[in-house]
Amino acid sequence: MARVGIVDYDAGNLKSVETALEYLQADFVISSDPEVLERTEKLIFPGVGEAKAAMERLKHYRLDDFIREYYKAGRNILGICLGAQIVLSSSEENGTQCLDLISGTARRFPGGQGLKVPHMGWNSVKVDMESRLFEDIPNGSSFYFVHSYYPDPDEGECRIASTNYGFEFCSALRQGSLHAVQFHPEKSGKWGLQLLHNYLSKIGPDCTIGGE
Amino acid sequence: MLQKRVIVCLDVKDGKTTKGVRFKGNIEVGDPVEMAAEYYRQGVDELVFYDITASAEKRGIMIDVVRRVARQIFIPFSVGGGLSSLDDMRAVILAGAEKVSLNSQAVKNPQIIQEGARLFGNQCIVLGMDAARDDRMPSGYRVYINGGRTSTDLDALEWARRAVQLGAGEIVLNSIDADGTREGYEIPLTRMVSNAVDVPVVASGGAGKPEHLVEVLSQGCADAALIASMVHIQGYTIEGIKKDLLQAGLPVRMD
Repeated sequence: MARVGIVDYDAGNLKSVETALEYLQADFVISSDPEVLERTEKLIFPGVGEAKAAMERLKHYRLDDFIREYYKAGRNILGICLGAQIVLSSSEENGTQCLDLISGTARRFPGGQGLKVPHMGWNSVKVDMESRLFEDIPNGSSFYFVHSYYPDPDEGECRIASTNYGFEFCSALRQGSLHAVQFHPEKSGKWGLQLLHNYLSKIGPDCTIGGE
Repeated sequence: MLQKRVIVCLDVKDGKTTKGVRFKGNIEVGDPVEMAAEYYRQGVDELVFYDITASAEKRGIMIDVVRRVARQIFIPFSVGGGLSSLDDMRAVILAGAEKVSLNSQAVKNPQIIQEGARLFGNQCIVLGMDAARDDRMPSGYRVYINGGRTSTDLDALEWARRAVQLGAGEIVLNSIDADGTREGYEIPLTRMVSNAVDVPVVASGGAGKPEHLVEVLSQGCADAALIASMVHIQGYTIEGIKKDLLQAGLPVRMD
């Protein structure tokens, strides 16, 4: 299995990602050092919390440019939760300029009509575009969400899955070697573990169809 | 569509589940980790561990339980009971808990909600509240602490609103009147609080049959229902309960 780097930039607790990867017997390293992360085959880019503070910490660790270069080189990245928002151009959360790997905006849920913000709990994920990330996972399976902002990529072909919370929002996206999910696969039971397994073993340069 | 959650609560004392518990299978009685694993297998959406260990020196046992749970259960779970400082909270979070639940301590020192939310995020901080009917209070319900033994001057609705303002990301609302009766949740209390705050409300206390969950998740406007003795003692399974919820037209997660 590929050697995986988990990007640590003090944005929330990485323990659950760590225990999930241990369970999957992945060979991984957790680091905030670009030099350490450079020597990995693929990245997991997690995160919870506020977008602006998260971007500042990425810059502090010189991880912003590192992630951009990593992506430009066609290497695989899986963004999770805040990681799925920060890869966009910007976030409505405190008007934050983000990494701009995928053109788009993280938008705040409008709330109202009995829909609480944050969107918290299990919700169904409908796969709109065939992806190795969702292989062997029944379409419509539920995953665990906790978030107040959602990714809104400009290009329709980036959307690989959607979820309904008053309206259909993009809950998984992909562009080139970058995949990102708004939910928490590490807290989503067996289908979450399957998704992480898919990312680890079915996506990447060592796989027959790169990234597809 | 966001689904209604079924949450199982485990009271843990000195590393063992306290209520007299027996599964149909051959699972060792009383080990919270094995029980948690069984409920996970049955499809529970979330777990709550409540540490009722009396002595401080035995608190480390709970951290070990949390660590073992985190290694094999990949759904959110929270830990409450006896957390009185940011260091206490950090210890259970680093051991793998998704959320921490603050109850008496939050009443005595509301700042801990704010500090916890700032450090770990709002989604991490759960307010546990024990409330009982009291006509002298504006909302009709009074807040109690120390496991329901000590009354406070707080009105339940007011306290719920204040805790959310301070940064609580969820409320577990336990009715002292309904707790242990198995006659159903306290619907008016649950509905009142759930409609007054923007964060999810978990109903607790009184569940005795699946219809009670249906009632509190629909009329009670709860986002989730907490159960304990139904699965620990009465022999209901999570799968069975969820099938009943689904049949009643409620959105639930079925695999």
